[in-house]
Formats: sequence, C-alpha cells, structure tokens
Amino acid sequence: MSTQQVKGQQIESVNDFVIRFANVNGTGSASANNLFAKAIFRMGLPVSPKNVFPSNIQGLPTWYEVRVNDKGYVGRRGGVDIMVAVNPQSLAQDIKAVDSGGYFVYDSTKPLDLRLHRNDISIFGIPLTDICRREYTDARQRQLFKNVIYIGALAAMLDLEFDVLKNLIHDQFKGKEKLIAPNIHALELGYQYAEENFSCPLGIRVERRDMVDGHIMMEGNAALGLGAVYGGASVVAWYPITPSTSVIEQFEKYAKRLRIDPGSGKRNYAIAQAEDELSAIGMVVGASWNGARSFTATSGPGVSLMSEFLGLAYFAEVPTVLFNVQRSGPSTGMPTRSQQSDLLLSAYASHGDTKQVLMFPSTPKECFDMGADSFDLADRLQTPVILMSDLDLGMNEHFSEPLEWDDSKLYDRGKVFSETELDEMSDRYGRYLDIDGDGICYRTYPGTHPTKGAFFTRGSSRDRYAKYTESSDEYVDNMQRLLVKWETAKNYVPQPEFRPAKQSTRDGMIYFGTTTASAEEALDILSAKGLHMDAMRVRGFPFNADVEAFIEDHDRVFVVEQNRDGQLRTMLINECEINPSKLKSLLCYDGLPVTARWIVEAITGSGTTDNVVPLSKEVKV
Amino acid sequence: MTYHRPEFRHPDLPTNDLGYTKKQYEGAISTLCAGCGHDSISAGIIQACFELSIEPHKVAKVSGIGCSSKTPTYFLGSSHGFNSVHGRMPSVATGANLANRELTYIGVSGDGDTASIGMGQFAHVVRRNLNMLYLVENNGCYGLTKGQDSATADVGSMGKKGTPNPFEPIDLCTLALELGATFVARSFSGDKEQLVPLIKAALSHSGFALIDVISPCVTFNNTTTSTKSYEFVREHIEATGKTDFIPVRQEITADYDPGFTQEVTLHDGSVIHLYKEDENLDVHNRLSAIQAIHERKAKGEILTGLLYLDPDCQDLHEIIGSVEKPLRDLDETALCPGNRSLEAINDSLR
Ligand SMILES: Cc1ncc(C[n+]2csc(CCOP(=O)(O)OP(=O)(O)O)c2C)c(N)n1
Ligand code: SF4
Ligand SMILES: [Mg+2]
Repeated sequence: MSTQQVKGQQIESVNDFVIRFANVNGTGSASANNLFAKAIFRMGLPVSPKNVFPSNIQGLPTWYEVRVNDKGYVGRRGGVDIMVAVNPQSLAQDIKAVDSGGYFVYDSTKPLDLRLHRNDISIFGIPLTDICRREYTDARQRQLFKNVIYIGALAAMLDLEFDVLKNLIHDQFKGKEKLIAPNIHALELGYQYAEENFSCPLGIRVERRDMVDGHIMMEGNAALGLGAVYGGASVVAWYPITPSTSVIEQFEKYAKRLRIDPGSGKRNYAIAQAEDELSAIGMVVGASWNGARSFTATSGPGVSLMSEFLGLAYFAEVPTVLFNVQRSGPSTGMPTRSQQSDLLLSAYASHGDTKQVLMFPSTPKECFDMGADSFDLADRLQTPVILMSDLDLGMNEHFSEPLEWDDSKLYDRGKVFSETELDEMSDRYGRYLDIDGDGICYRTYPGTHPTKGAFFTRGSSRDRYAKYTESSDEYVDNMQRLLVKWETAKNYVPQPEFRPAKQSTRDGMIYFGTTTASAEEALDILSAKGLHMDAMRVRGFPFNADVEAFIEDHDRVFVVEQNRDGQLRTMLINECEINPSKLKSLLCYDGLPVTARWIVEAITGSGTTDNVVPLSKEVKV
Repeated sequence: MTYHRPEFRHPDLPTNDLGYTKKQYEGAISTLCAGCGHDSISAGIIQACFELSIEPHKVAKVSGIGCSSKTPTYFLGSSHGFNSVHGRMPSVATGANLANRELTYIGVSGDGDTASIGMGQFAHVVRRNLNMLYLVENNGCYGLTKGQDSATADVGSMGKKGTPNPFEPIDLCTLALELGATFVARSFSGDKEQLVPLIKAALSHSGFALIDVISPCVTFNNTTTSTKSYEFVREHIEATGKTDFIPVRQEITADYDPGFTQEVTLHDGSVIHLYKEDENLDVHNRLSAIQAIHERKAKGEILTGLLYLDPDCQDLHEIIGSVEKPLRDLDETALCPGNRSLEAINDSLR
C-alpha cells in the first residue's frame, strides 16, 4: 500500500503549518523548495524557509523547513506537519519526525519498508523516479525535475495557486526562456498525479491572504552586504568562511551595479581577498586609519585569528567594522549550523583589558540598517564595532520589512580635524586629548596638513600627544579615558526593544538576534496559558541603564540563548549591578534555530528541556 | 625619558625644490643602541625623501614590531605613522594604500617581522604588487627580544650567545623574485652611497619595491662569527654596480660609458643608471637576478645593488580597476546609491 489517508485524527489547518523537505545535497532541491516558499509568500502569507544543510557539496542529507503562518509568526515553531521525503538515506528518520496526525509524502517508486510504517499519519506515495524515467532521458533532468514534480503535487494537495507557481517560473528563468515550458510541464505532471490519486486538498491547506504588506524575502547576508554599500564602505577585505562568505559576494554584486564611477567606468570601491583573517582585519584597520570606511566579514574561527588586531584597534582607537556571522563551534564545530556562541569571544576580543562594541540584528531589515550604521558608530566611537549575525539570519531568506534609506542622511565621520581646522588651531594638537570630556578624541587623516596634526599610531602606551611613554600615570590616564568612552558608547549603540506583557508581571524574558521570532511566538503561547512575561530584546553592547532596570524590575528573568554556556547571561552579570540568581538560562544549542515550542516547554516544564525534541535529535535513528 | 632636539635653524641650510630643509624630514631622536645599523637606514630614508622633494606629510609610514619597526618614529616627523602588530605591516599597508592611492607608503620591517611571523603577509603583499617601499632592516636576529637567531641567519653564523645557527636561511630577495616582485634590491646600512639612490628609485617605482638592507645589530649580532656583522659584510659585499637615480624633473648630466651601463626609465619618467660591475646581470630579467644572487652566494659573497626591476607593471589599484581619486575622499554622492535604487531592490525581493 503506497497511500493511506488517516481519517479523524488528521491535523487540520489553514495557513498555519510546518512542512519539511528531506533531500540529497547538490540535487537542485533548494531552488525547487524555494519556489514553494516563494509561492506561499506571493499568496500574501508570511513564510519562513530554513535550509538545514551539511558541510558538503554533494551527496549528504539536507533538509528544508518552511513555516507558514498567517498570524505573522516567522520563527521556527517545532514539529513537522508535512514531510516530503525524497532522500532514501534519511527516510527512516524522516517518517519518525512527523507529528501524529501529520502527512508523509514520499517517492513510492520503491515501496515503503513495512517496518517504517506508521498508523497515526497519512501517507502519500508519488512514484517520482518512475515518472521521471518515463518523461526524461537525460540523467540530470531526471534529477532536477523530480523536485519540480513534487512541488506540482503539493500545489494540488495544499491548494497553492498554480498561476502563482507559473509566474515564479517565468521570473526565475528570465533570459533562459527555453527552460520555462519544461519546468511548467514538470509542475503539471505532479499536479495531475496528486489530483488523480489523492483527495485534494488535504486537511492542511493554504488560502490567499493580504498580509505581506510590502515585505520582502531576503537573506541577512545580502542585507548586510547592501547595508555596507549604503553605509559608504569603500575598502573591503575578507577571507572565505561559511556562513559569512555571501556578505562579501552580495556587497560585490550590488557594488558592481551601484558603485561604478560614471565618468571613468572604474570602481568606487576596492575588494581584497586576503590570505587569511589576520590580514583581512589588518587591511580594515589600515584603511580605516587612513580615512576610508572599511569592513570585513567572518565567522568564529576568523574572529579568533583577528583577536590581536582587535586589541590594537581598541587601544590605538581605529574605527573597525567587523560582521561576525556565527556558526556552531568550538573549532570547526558544525560549520553549516547556526549558533549564537561567539558573544564572549567578540565582546572581550583580545588580550589585556579590552571590551568591544556589539550590535545584534534580528531581521534582514535590521542587518541593512545596522550594517550601514555600524560605520557611523565606529567612526563616532573610534573603536571596533562587531555586528553579531548568525547562519540562520545570514543564509536563510527571511520575511522582512522592506529596506528604506533616508536620502537626506549624511554619514557621521566622527571627530576628525580638517586642514582648515588645524590651520585655525592655536593650541598644540593632541591625538589623545579628551577635549569634549566624552572620552572620544579628535583624529586626523594622514596627509591632511603639511605641518600640523600628524601623529604616530601605535599599540603601545603613549601620552595625550601620541608620544611613546612608559609612564604608569600616562598609561592609567589613557585606560581610564577609554572607560569614559565606553560609557559614551552606551548612548550610541542600538537601544533595547521592549515587549510588555498584557498583564503586569514579575517575570521577564531576554533574548536577541534570531531567537526573537520564536521567542515572540512563545510569549504569546505562554500568555494564552496564563503565564505573562515582559520581554526585552537586547540590540547592543555595552548595555545601558534600561537593560539593567529591566532586570531590576523583575523577580525572575529567563535569558534565551542559542549557546551552551549562557554567554549573554554571563555578560549581563559581568556588566550590570544585578542579582545573578534572577537570571535563568534557557539554552538551545543543537545547531538549529530555536523553536517556539522548545521555549514554551522549557518554561512550563511540560517537558524538561530533555524531553523537547529538537530537529537534530529527531533525525537521529 | 623624552628627548628634545635643539630647535634652531641655520639660515643657510640648503633646501630642496619644495623649499624644505633636510631637517624637516627628520623625526624624533632615536632610542636604538648607539651604532645600530637601523639608524643609518633612517638617515638614508631622510636623505632620499629630501633629495626627491617629497612633501613629508604626503608620506605614510607603517611598520610591524621590533627595533627596526620602531624606526618610523625617527624619520619624517610630519608624516603620519603606524606601528602596528608583529608581522602584519603588509596588511595595514595594503588597507591604507587602498584607502588613498595618492600618498607614498614606506613600510619598515625586520627580518623576524618579515621572514618568520610575517612571512605569509609578505608573500601576499608581493603578489599584489602594492605600490609601496618595503624595507627590511635585516640583522639576522631578533633585536628587540634580545638576540635570538632569525630565519635569515646563515647556517653556522653565530651571534653573541655563541651557538651556531643550524638552519637554512631564507633569502628574501630570491623569494620576492619568485613571488613576482617588480622591484628588488639589496643593500647594506653601512653603504649610504648605494642605499640612498636605491631608496629614491624604490620610492619612484609604481609598484612593490623591496629593499633588503643588511643592518648589523651591534648589541647581539656583531661578533666576528656572525655573517651579519659590519666586518663580515664589508669583507664579503659585492655590488651589482653603482646606481644613479635621476628624478623626472632633473636633466641627465651624468657622463658614463655606455658599454657598462644599463638605463631604466621608471613609470614617472625618472631614470636609473646602473654602472654595472657584473655584465651578466640584466635587471629586466628575473632569472638572471636569481642566478646572480645564487652564484655570489656560492662564492661566499653577498650581492648588493639593484637586482630586478619591471617599470611597466600594474599596481594593485590598476589590477582591480579602482577609481583614480582616493577612495577615502569619496562622499555620499559617490558612495550611497539612495532610496530609489533601494526601492527597485525591494521589488526584486518580492
Ligand atoms: C605576536 C607577537 N609575538 C612576539 C612578539 C615579541 N617580539 C617583539 S619584536 C620580536 C622580534 C623582532 O625581530 P625583527 O623583526 O628581526 O626586528 P629587530 O628587532 O631585529 O629589528 C618579537 C619576537 C610580539 N611583539 N608579538
Ligand atoms: S638591539 Fe640590535 S637591533 Fe635593536 S637597537 Fe640595539 S643594535 Fe639595533
Ligand atoms: Mg632583526
């Protein structure tokens, strides 16, 4: 029996479900699955696709999970309502992962092993390989169209608008028109098969809504790259590492279009692929010292290598922008899985007493805004600014507010003396003189003035006039001023965002970055159960008084993080005058984005966290 | 301790084309050991920049860490300088140069800074043909950490500590030639006659110019048993020939025997005359340079002078096609595409 429809206990839902595709890496499945997600988006619904891929180019299992939700929850929910299993290697795990009452779609060319059979789910066999063998002679086509065929079948099973899919195919193959008809044919093959063999639609289906409201689907890395273009970065240095590589690729893609000098056809930017991350950050420091806006992007292992330079930039006070797209560590860890585990590494990067300014975006729109703003912030504070993204945010497409730019905005280049200002100056120029009392001093760019304003930049101690000194007093004076600057930074970093509970409560929740969407859904679920919590999303480091006050105002505060050691909690305890026992860690660090259900269950204790089954464990046989 | 140089100006001090005296190219008083070769190289840089009439503030000085890397404080006091981290000067120089292609970049490094910790960055800055003078002050030891052997120390060479170096040395000139360097020279801190024209030529070259300057460490590596001592180098030095550098603006007046000279015109129109000792060396031929170095080495000699030059090379900016204007001078108009472009991008993401 290849098909079984369980009556009665089926999951029934309109516009709220999780579908997971199980594929083989390198078979073209990602673009077909993306077609599915995009079709839902074009039907006016919030959608969030997540690619779970191996560190491999071809052959290993890969999953693609799509959350559809018309209330606007776009984080991972947890669980699987529909599984599309096209990878024989992972079939056994995949069928087990389906929620009771859910739906299992598989390639029935080879009959399902009876031992895997489940009575509590509906099972749909589509002979995908057979259909492809019949229709196509070319091996590559057989492989590629198999994916398109199951999308066609899903269109019938879930009530996707077929025209929407056709339009997407037209858009996708603009310029390669020959490919349009065969792709649409493959969609039709799947659609027909489902119509003829199953009673369509299923208990889960999609209905058009009008909830998109100008939103876009964008990867965080693309938004960061574009943010750097808008923020005025002109010198880019990097060394390839997943998951940060596409930040630079996207910067280049946009710069090639938007940053060409109309007169000469030459580039208003420079990109250097460095020999390693030490060199990449060295180039950024050199370029920034010389007055250009410059950045690099990397991930954990790269940040480790950059550590020495980050200390130099902190102490020598050179603006330095670094985008850290985090992945699972330690060491190579799970390089294609997500985590928020570089907080301590980044916040206290380098030897000696160093503290670094951090920003935590949570959507592509925020990647764009903070990406652009990071250059203002670094110039204003004359220190490194590290933007903390992660693989989930960077490499998955997110349902995001559209990007905007205020054309009247001018870059804030911070405190820089011009040639005229130096000319008019009667006092002796001192690079490290705190004229304004905010800990930030005036710099000059090399080559500004023939006789005034030159100074020597170094990582060793110096006096206020940048002269080398080993005087203890001068050293301490300088280190104290850097603390004044740290206080000033609190007014400039992105402020926290608050989400008050519907009823007054003594419980709070803190989260940041990609935990946000799941946490918001969890908060609403908890609130429906009568558990009300005020919430705070941390967006920057150093923490300001509001962060401390939030903790002060609550008796119990859950800190949700995607790392093992509760790194944000450690930083909060380290930096704020608070009672540490108030802060309860909720730590999900299996490499997959945290789910709303996991947070709810961790808090309600309805399963201890051990009973919550994250995706990684589900797929373990 | 701070030092102040007595401030008085002699009315008759000679000035260069820009009206600057040589004094205006000087820096703070050196804190290196008396007699350190590195100080003579700083003097050479001052002399060369003065003679070339470079505007002092249009130079950016960069270095790594070491006694050698401290020297940028001791020349060109009106220039910005950056004493960065050990072995990473090339990356700082690369970033700085990408930001502003109009300044002149002088990088100073040591043999430890370049041939050990900084080997990777050195190799890659050569490959990129960054427009800069890269000066290695090569004393065969780590001066600042008190005399350990460096990777350029010759086999058997023995410093103050008295153990002969057992490891093969790295020859930075042949290595740079192998990596595609477009200007390679070697000199000796004790030979100002040779060093100053070489620095002038290197500063006028538009591309990567390496000068490996043997620069004895009087405190840790100037023993009779060291091959980087004054005595040893003086006895074993062999010059490729005498070099004369004629800047663009200057009329060529030197009288020379054409049979023994090679004339090289640089990108900016200035001319180098090489009065050759070694007729087999062709400074336009990489292989000939590598061979000449090896042949002399086999005889126990150190070949100095201009070794190789490619005046028609493309520097990093030309390779990547960046605009003529310094990138750091671009403002919002050139850098920010504005909201209209963003609307189109939003549309493409729906
Ligand atoms: C990362 C790092 N490791 C080690 C050191 C210690 N250190 C300072 S200078 C130096 C060697 C310098 O040798 P060289 O470049 O030959 O310069 P010299 O003093 O001989 O001119 C070392 C190992 C350092 N500053 N940084
Ligand atoms: S230790 Fe050697 S290299 Fe360093 S300053 Fe003294 S003589 Fe020069
Ligand atoms: Mg040395």
